[in-house]
Amino acid sequence: MGLVDAYLIPVVDGLAYGLLLFTVAAGLTVAFSVGGVLNLAHGSLYALGVYTAATLSDGTWTGLGLAVGVGTLAGAAGGGVLAAGVAPLAGRGHLAQALFTFGAALVVADGLTSLFGPDELPVTIPAGLGASAMIAGHRYPAYRLAVIAAAVVLAGACWLVAARTRVGARVRAAVDDPQMLACLGVNPRMVQAGVLAAAGGLAGLAGVLGAPIIGPGPGTADAVLLLSLLVVVLGGLGRVLGALVAAFVVGLIQTLGVTLAAGWAPFLLFAAMAAVLVARPARTAGGTA
Amino acid sequence: MSGADATIRPAGSGGMGRGGEVTAAAAVAMDPTGEAGIRAPRHGSRLPVTVGGLVATALASARGVIGYAVLGLLAAGAGAVADAYTTVTLARILALGLLAVSVAVVTGWAGLPSLGQVAPFAVGAYTAALLARAGHPIGLVHVGAALVAAGLFAAATGLAVVRTRGTAFLMVTLAVGELTAAVAARWTSLTGGSDGLAGIPATRPVWGVPALTDDRHVYWYVLAVTALVVAVTVAVLRSAAGLLLTGVRDHEARMRACGHPVAVYLLAAYTGAGAIAGVGGALLVSAQRYISPADVGFEVAALVLLAVIVGGTTSIGGAFVGAGLIVGTRDWLAGPWPGHAPLLLGTVLIATVYLLPGGLAGLIDRLRQRAARLGVRS
Repeated sequence: MGLVDAYLIPVVDGLAYGLLLFTVAAGLTVAFSVGGVLNLAHGSLYALGVYTAATLSDGTWTGLGLAVGVGTLAGAAGGGVLAAGVAPLAGRGHLAQALFTFGAALVVADGLTSLFGPDELPVTIPAGLGASAMIAGHRYPAYRLAVIAAAVVLAGACWLVAARTRVGARVRAAVDDPQMLACLGVNPRMVQAGVLAAAGGLAGLAGVLGAPIIGPGPGTADAVLLLSLLVVVLGGLGRVLGALVAAFVVGLIQTLGVTLAAGWAPFLLFAAMAAVLVARPARTAGGTA
Repeated sequence: MSGADATIRPAGSGGMGRGGEVTAAAAVAMDPTGEAGIRAPRHGSRLPVTVGGLVATALASARGVIGYAVLGLLAAGAGAVADAYTTVTLARILALGLLAVSVAVVTGWAGLPSLGQVAPFAVGAYTAALLARAGHPIGLVHVGAALVAAGLFAAATGLAVVRTRGTAFLMVTLAVGELTAAVAARWTSLTGGSDGLAGIPATRPVWGVPALTDDRHVYWYVLAVTALVVAVTVAVLRSAAGLLLTGVRDHEARMRACGHPVAVYLLAAYTGAGAIAGVGGALLVSAQRYISPADVGFEVAALVLLAVIVGGTTSIGGAFVGAGLIVGTRDWLAGPWPGHAPLLLGTVLIATVYLLPGGLAGLIDRLRQRAARLGVRS
């Protein structure tokens, strides 16, 4: 029982971290499988949300609600701008599109440090969420439990949209057979742009919610991009369920791994990625599956 | 586009189209021993490279050799007239230029878009820095150790990385690069953490030579090593090995069907490129006598990738020109407008993606084609 006790808190932490990462990485992987756009500015959209939370969330519920709205809109707008930017490059292949988003990531990073300074900022949350809850006799920050709940609700909502609505059907069709979708009178480019914007909105929202976990600082965008890329690679390109499992693995490595062997998290992530790449049968076609 | 042309400068990944692709692949595919124009052993190593073959191909492309010689002499002369600050910048440009060459080999020649060549660069740099701080001031030892360490690192990571292609390769290499930078920042006992390793003693190029304290001498040392590495790289790329790589890049399925061990070629290219980047890292340490995770991070990866795109992804000389242009502009703007290097890099990257599909080399090619067309018409 003592052993379970010692690791319970890091495991719940890992769960919160993993679900947060999943919210970000799911958008990345879906946007990639729809239009083949590897969005290297995805971490920057999360950063937009984080800085929105740092600015607008003043400890009241109204402030948090405002931050949620503005952060989501900012992320979606960012995704829309990226979609408009990569659209003319569609004929030039995936590399040109990825490079465009890479450039955009650098520009956004510069803008954010110019606006908010190079230091890490504190984030205020409503007092009700700042309290501690009790899990199996341990005090645990209620906010993280709220993040877990919110992420589960978000993931469920996204699944519902993807599986049960016309819009979701169009997105799935754009993945499977864009030509046939075009024959049916739906422009796959518009679907792709919509997915990029929606993924951006999700990333922005994740940024607002995750601000107390992966907070605003000059390295936020890079760190989130790296972790979500790892989630996408570990889960398999374009596989949402795989991304969910991978997000938990990465979250647990980041929290439990740090508790067990401090400073070893990068090595463990390295090892996990290498193991998955070697174990998985090589895909030579570029792996859009 | 003729087959011979493809050997010397393979089709740029940008706008050349299928014509060049088929030529390079077909040349190898029809003749797996690589004897289409280039001498190679019939039953030798898997990569048919001989010293004689290298020399023959190097001599055959005398124009290119003269071009590189002129570039090298210009660089050496620049060291003689420039002030101390410029010389240090030039030395750093050469070190980053080698990193750009490493990116060009993997991205342009092997066709695997890499954002992670900063990882072996970091391994080489920290190897050299640790050796220097441990009391081994000989530059030859630094370069050799950095080459071996970075090559081993690239071979080890390559086993996993080379199994992916295209955008997945881009993702995985970016992760490798970022994770390496994270390790450099975290492993404080070895790397000094984010403070980096300072107080690195001056390099002595070989035994029995005094330490290089004058910036100009450091620059010439860096230039000499760079020239040597570039000469070897260009010779290898112009041999059958380069042809095999472009064959894999342009038509992997056909190369595979012809019995070529594609994975071995790509791993060899990735390892070789890693070793080149490692030497660049060692030279950076000799030039600035300081190394920190910021020297091997996201921004540097963006910078060299941009340099390679501006220079044209398959051009080795272009990689240096690109590195010079980008670093020069960045440092020049840092004076009046400090702290905005990422903005500049990002804007130039976006502009380059839109306006220069094949880099400056592609632009020159297009202008030349247009001039030729006008000439035919008139």
